[in-house]
Amino acid sequence: MSTPITHQDPVLLEMRSITKEFPGVKALSDVSLRVKVGEIHAICGENGAGKSTLMKVLSGVYPYGSYDGDIVYQAEVQQFKDIRASEHAGIVIIHQELALIPELSIMENIFLGNEPVRRGIIDWAEARKRSIELLARVGLREDPDTPIKEIGVGKQQLVEIAKALNKSVKLLILDEPTAALNESDSQHLLDLILGLKGRGITSIIISHKLNEIEQIADEITIIRDGKSIETLNVVEDGVDEDRIIKGMVGRTLESRFPDHTPKIGEVFFEVKDWTVGHPQIQDRLVCKNSSFHVRRGEIVGFAGLMGAGRTELARSVFGHSYGRFISGQVYKDGKPITMRSVRQAIDAGLGYVTEDRKSLGLNLLDDIKTTTVSANLKKISRGIVVDTNKEFMVAEQYRKSLRTKTPSVEEGVSKLSGGNQQKVVLAKWMFTDPDLLILDEPTRGIDVGAKYEIYGIIQELANQGKGVIVISSELPELLGLSDRIYTIFEGSITGVLNKDEASQESLMKLMTSSRKAA
Amino acid sequence: MNALKKLFGGNTRQFGMIFALVALVIFFQIFTSGRTLTPGNVINLFNGNSYILILAIGMVLVIIAGHIDLSVGSVAAFVGISVALAIRDWHLPWYVAVLFGLLLGALIGAWQGFWTAYVGIPAFIVTLAGMLLFRGFNQFVGKSNTVPVPEDFQYLGSGYLPEIGPKTGYNNLTILLGLIAVAFVIFSAIRSRRTAQALGAEVQEGWVMVTKLVLVNAAILYATYLFATGRPGTSFPIPGLILAVLVLIYGFISAKTVIGRHIYAVGGNRHAAELSGVQSKKVNFMVMMNMSILAGLAGMIFVGRSTASGPFDGVGWELDAIAAVFIGGAAVTGGVGTVIGSIVGGLVMAVLNNGLQLLGVGADLTQIIKGLVLLAAVAFDVYNKTQGKKSIIGMMMKNFGRSSEIAPDETTSTKEVISKEA
Repeated sequence: MSTPITHQDPVLLEMRSITKEFPGVKALSDVSLRVKVGEIHAICGENGAGKSTLMKVLSGVYPYGSYDGDIVYQAEVQQFKDIRASEHAGIVIIHQELALIPELSIMENIFLGNEPVRRGIIDWAEARKRSIELLARVGLREDPDTPIKEIGVGKQQLVEIAKALNKSVKLLILDEPTAALNESDSQHLLDLILGLKGRGITSIIISHKLNEIEQIADEITIIRDGKSIETLNVVEDGVDEDRIIKGMVGRTLESRFPDHTPKIGEVFFEVKDWTVGHPQIQDRLVCKNSSFHVRRGEIVGFAGLMGAGRTELARSVFGHSYGRFISGQVYKDGKPITMRSVRQAIDAGLGYVTEDRKSLGLNLLDDIKTTTVSANLKKISRGIVVDTNKEFMVAEQYRKSLRTKTPSVEEGVSKLSGGNQQKVVLAKWMFTDPDLLILDEPTRGIDVGAKYEIYGIIQELANQGKGVIVISSELPELLGLSDRIYTIFEGSITGVLNKDEASQESLMKLMTSSRKAA
Repeated sequence: MNALKKLFGGNTRQFGMIFALVALVIFFQIFTSGRTLTPGNVINLFNGNSYILILAIGMVLVIIAGHIDLSVGSVAAFVGISVALAIRDWHLPWYVAVLFGLLLGALIGAWQGFWTAYVGIPAFIVTLAGMLLFRGFNQFVGKSNTVPVPEDFQYLGSGYLPEIGPKTGYNNLTILLGLIAVAFVIFSAIRSRRTAQALGAEVQEGWVMVTKLVLVNAAILYATYLFATGRPGTSFPIPGLILAVLVLIYGFISAKTVIGRHIYAVGGNRHAAELSGVQSKKVNFMVMMNMSILAGLAGMIFVGRSTASGPFDGVGWELDAIAAVFIGGAAVTGGVGTVIGSIVGGLVMAVLNNGLQLLGVGADLTQIIKGLVLLAAVAFDVYNKTQGKKSIIGMMMKNFGRSSEIAPDETTSTKEVISKEA
């Protein structure tokens, strides 16, 4: 499998036949990876393919001895016993969930665990000087004393990179670096990675956003089911997104969206002049006079940049679960209704699938069956007593109809992959039998194959005559799925486009200007 | 070995805590030359710990919901003295006095629940204040004196099941209770097996179930025998009976009812629960209020047992109750724990206390040993979780109610692995 390193070969890192087993499961089997000096190397694979496990082996989270195979780095076999050891060698990993402390300043975060000291006392003058240099290198114009919690996710990501640069990084590993970023922040970050490449820093990037990979990677290693499938050279092999997907799923996906002929009925849900204030900050509005409607059987898209107020609008309509309600009226089937709590919203026939599955959508301690019934316990209870037999049957039924991959419905939801977790969340809301289901970023962090299935479920719900609202940051997803798309900018609805008149360009225009159109 | 594995569901350490309890009992039985498992000692053990175990029932719900209650000792003492005074000064009959005590507990609980749930002050602070507040109230209304209670009220804390029916040499009611328990255990095991089969869910092999039932029922029958053959006038104690009823009720509530589900949901992920329509404020309020009601009950039982209410009743009880809950497998971060687990945890501490006392070990050493046991039990559980194995206590309690098997951190690695397999 692996070829020996010669001195001419500018290979920085070679992982040879890495095999990592957990009790009962082989997470990685005979995986090989070769990263050349100064390149950007992407690792692609579906969720659960073993990408993160491989990076944990590399960075010493799983220490030497807990895996089989060799890590050859800078022409030497390495035996990292922890993260410190790998960082010492110049390998720095930036995780998807940022490891910054919100209360501390940018400067304090950059030097956390690596403080410049003189005679045992932190030399803040030196730290400041160096952090100003580092921030300039990553292109972040912020005062080093600004607390982390006061800057956005995009800038926080840059602070992480500054922190890595401070550790004199040679190999930078980025795990889903743009997952939480909007388009312009993502672009800035990608440019920065390219810039670092110019200065001789090698990067490994893990991402689900294949267009970004295509844009910046030199080589791509594809991992599927814990095995390394192939390594592609982006230029030589003429790699495009379809080629990567083919490698990841082991087959070509004919279409990324299932066929669907919408059966659209009349308007049944309407929100008029919806105005909501920020929960903490007085005088700041998160929704301004927003009006929209949904027809039966219609899939309605909400497009907007992150922070535009899409989620805020959806959540405030869903039982005032966000912000301070100021004014507005909801009509269902022509009649005005009020929903002051989530309970009332559910009873009124609404469902809301959160964008943040782990922190808002799921109780990760629960198993599948309890999660499935958790929003509609009434339906399977006699009085106050939950009928656990019915619970099991309901969960089984959804497991089968949504084809959730799990050994049993008694399995904990934390053990499922992102796509299967999302199916459980969908099952939970389908069980409440809503007339209107709001889906906030329904495919975030979900791999290609599962996305297709989720789209199918959404379309099936619309076929049943339900209204569906899809909020998404991925414009191709909205364009492929929705019958009609509203655009939102700074809390206002700036336009609405039908499927046939919408394009990425026309949406982007409306998403970035307050000018009323359409 | 294989048979043993099957019996304990693929992991011999699954029943760790119950093993620990049984081992502890056997250890002391040997080293006290048989003085541990005598009717007198077992009855004494239950009488002397029932109020802590009752507190543990309330405490586990509080901890599952993600809070803590430091005030239970003081609340118990305040309710105790108030009831004692009410009987002395207002001549309340015992049953009215008990109702009065429960009502007072509910009022105190409403106070603490209000600050915790509706104002949003952490329960640690609210109940730390409550600890001072109600200790002060106890000494204020009682003028730091000891107030005795009449004999009929003492029955609550030191009474026994009466002798009725033919003279058999045993206490008939105790025997009857034991037989009912055995019948109930067998009946419910068979019933849940039948429904599981009907639903097509996984069932244990027949001999596994039979062996388990034999072991559990042997333990129940032996305990029945001990309680029924105590010195004349003693039998199954009333506090033990109250405890048993509470365990059944709260075990059922936590595992099988809507409110029980909501408590786990709020403790597991409050935001997710709220967005699923759970009224988390109401849940938090009720959990805190319930704790104070049970604290009031525990206080009254203690007063009944010690025949009087004093200014220093209940000092340190909160720590015993919290220790029982954590030994019983609850998580500090909430969302995890079971009523039965907490009772087993409480019994481990109680047996330890009692055995060391019988061995003549001093109070100083006893505390050191108890401290180490608490640390070791939780450390063992944490270690097992971080190893990606299922929590022993979590596994053990699987059949008793809901509890979790994953560690909040380290989930990513195992999750990825397992999802791949799926």
